[in-house]
Amino acid sequence: MKGAFVFRADRRRRQWEMGGPYFPGQPVSALAYDGRSGKRLWAGPENPFYGPALRYSDNFGRTWSDPKGNPLAFPKDARASLKRIWQIQPGRTEEPKVLYCGVEPAALFQSRDGGSTWSLERGLWEHPHRPRWQPGGGGLCLHTILPHPKAANRLMIAVSSAGVYRTDDGGRTWRTSHSGVRAQFLPDPHPEFGQCVHKVARDATRPERLFLQNHWGLYRSEDDGQNWSDVANGVPSDFGFAMATHPRKASTAYIVPLESDQYRCTPQGRMRVFRTRNGGKAWRPLAKGLPQKDALETVLRDALATDTGDPAGVYVGTRSGKLFASRDDGDSWKLMRDGLPPVVCVKTATIGDEARRRA
Amino acid sequence: MPSFRLPSPLAPYTDGRTRVDVAADVETVGAALEELFTRHPALRLRVLDEQGALRPHVNVFVGAESIRFARGLDTPVVGASEIVILPAISGG
Repeated sequence: MKGAFVFRADRRRRQWEMGGPYFPGQPVSALAYDGRSGKRLWAGPENPFYGPALRYSDNFGRTWSDPKGNPLAFPKDARASLKRIWQIQPGRTEEPKVLYCGVEPAALFQSRDGGSTWSLERGLWEHPHRPRWQPGGGGLCLHTILPHPKAANRLMIAVSSAGVYRTDDGGRTWRTSHSGVRAQFLPDPHPEFGQCVHKVARDATRPERLFLQNHWGLYRSEDDGQNWSDVANGVPSDFGFAMATHPRKASTAYIVPLESDQYRCTPQGRMRVFRTRNGGKAWRPLAKGLPQKDALETVLRDALATDTGDPAGVYVGTRSGKLFASRDDGDSWKLMRDGLPPVVCVKTATIGDEARRRA
Repeated sequence: MPSFRLPSPLAPYTDGRTRVDVAADVETVGAALEELFTRHPALRLRVLDEQGALRPHVNVFVGAESIRFARGLDTPVVGASEIVILPAISGG
């Protein structure tokens, strides 16, 4: 919440070297690495005086630049102004110039020229539901963008608290994609829209399989989000924010349950990541190396990430400024860094033989 | 001829300058800003939002007077020597 940091390590991921803070004093809610046609870091710092801006670095944070074309901003006729950049998502591998940004107030922007020029996705902005979307605790934010790795025109997004929407025609039309997801906080728990989806993650081996952490509720879909079934099996709470999938293993996902929406801390004062290896039929606590006494930690929606190492690295950042890392698929953990500002976004990138991660 | 005085965090958007002169015939703060943005287009979204409103935690002064308590972007600048842009303490 006070800048961006870049941690670098070799493939063993034992020793981490920290760079930053970059944008000191500025909340950075979104980071991304785009290795498709270069080695570019993207960040969405929010200068408290001079507003949010999308910036990039081609030297892992040493210097940052502003894109030169049409900036990430609402057009006049949209009558909205950019409040925060919540997500930066490179497009499919086959479209190396495509990038997406999810912002607050909830909207999707797309670039087709590698991030220089941005335009508002009108199909979603003009969706008849949008005027009735209600903000969640973090604001009315579009926080999750999932391109489909094989279907070029298919894209899924999630908004708190509107739900999951999917397009199959490259953004012209959007329909809800949260059938089965409960809105426990509304009189009708299955409204047409209004679900407070906190995060959605795609399975590594089968793109139609997705996992969803709701504001109450854990779900899995086997049909790319058309239907969702409850998989809160063996978790101390199905409330939480963060969710990530394993980079290679099927049906394997990670979450950090929190006690409740009234008390957003790790249950029983124990910091535990939960992992399923069978699509949510069972979740197993991962606690080795994590504090198990008086650990009143909060993990926010983008503060959990996996890397592509083998075994996979798993990283979790807390609101209290701790960064925990596992380099064995989550089996054991180490405190990687303490005393950071509140961590809201953790992203990873594997560059050549090196692994890097950022908070 | 009025000139703008800018805080150093905005200097990356004005080729490093913290003082920029504008033409003598501009009549309002808004017109003076437009001239400033014509010369330094990337500065626009740092001072105004995309709907043209002054960012809430940016203050603009004509002489010693904040334009928020005058006529906003319509505040006259005729005869003024300096327009000052400063971060507001309300922004933290």
